[in-house]
Amino acid sequence: MGEEFQASKPIYMQIVDKINQQIIRGDLLPGNKLPSVREMAIQTGVNPNTIQRTYSELERMEIVETRRGQGTFVTENDNLIKELKVRLQMEIIEGFFNNMKELGFSDEEMLSGLEFYIKGKREKGYD
Amino acid sequence: MIEFQNVTKKYGREYGLNDVTYSLEKGKIYGLLGPNGSGKSTTLKLIAGLVHPTSGQVLVNGKLANRKIANEVAYLTELDMFYQPFKIKDMIDFYATQFQDFRIDRANELLQFMKLDKEKNIKQLSKGNRGRLKLVLALAREASVLLLDEPFSGLDPMVRDSIVKGLLSYIDFDNQIVIIATHEIDEIEPLLDEVLAIQDGKIIGRHNVEELREMEGLSIIEWMKRTFKE
Repeated sequence: MGEEFQASKPIYMQIVDKINQQIIRGDLLPGNKLPSVREMAIQTGVNPNTIQRTYSELERMEIVETRRGQGTFVTENDNLIKELKVRLQMEIIEGFFNNMKELGFSDEEMLSGLEFYIKGKREKGYD
Repeated sequence: MIEFQNVTKKYGREYGLNDVTYSLEKGKIYGLLGPNGSGKSTTLKLIAGLVHPTSGQVLVNGKLANRKIANEVAYLTELDMFYQPFKIKDMIDFYATQFQDFRIDRANELLQFMKLDKEKNIKQLSKGNRGRLKLVLALAREASVLLLDEPFSGLDPMVRDSIVKGLLSYIDFDNQIVIIATHEIDEIEPLLDEVLAIQDGKIIGRHNVEELREMEGLSIIEWMKRTFKE
């Protein structure tokens, strides 16, 4: 049934995250049209009022723009998409950093640990 | 809009509902949640005008809910209500004669959506397809209020999914109020705007689903476990 959502975060924000990921990965390209609110609701099994909120939030972030009578489109402003990419990257790094700090790792250990991990991955070939 | 004003409903000495006051507005999907015997079905029947309050009143779009309110309220019962010798198409024709707001073209579209064959005998339908047909009949009406009593109970995930998608595709979000009574909240939580928890004939909690997550970091299931702790 649709998809699973985490309990601790509003559903509209979880869909914002998902759309942002699609934009960063290039699954959604600048200028691409998003599904209508109703279509998106049906695809995800989510209340249209919630989807409306998702779209409003994305608009507030200036990641998408709604053109009257035409629909909602991914921004064609590359800088905004780059900013989004950096912001999401920083969020992930911050989470990693805080977790490692909490376990008592030093900055050097963190860096060498990450390097070691990436090296191992490379040797095996990614997936 | 639906208004309950100090509504009490007694069955003999037992309370179905006990002095309940609240209102519901159009454009929203409400979940009415509670254990068996909590007053969910009584609430829906009061709105549908099928039972009458012992005291207080129920208003639907400003009108007292009585037998005539059936013109404005579509009610999907939890019971099996089909006349066995009918074919699906007979059922559709029958509904069209009973409700002025029943749209046959819409019903046909819904049948296709639900992959139901008009020529099939009701008797031969699986439980899942009977569940689908019930929803077709409810959604083919242009009623301002849509009441669904346990629309998912006993149905497999595929059928549940088609029912959720059917609802999302065909509800008129500008004008309808939808109330889903269920004790199986899990999969439909993302569908709801608000939840009302009902127990022993009283509304013991009411929340906007997204606010609950934002303010308290709780899904409805977790909230219900707290609310129905007793």
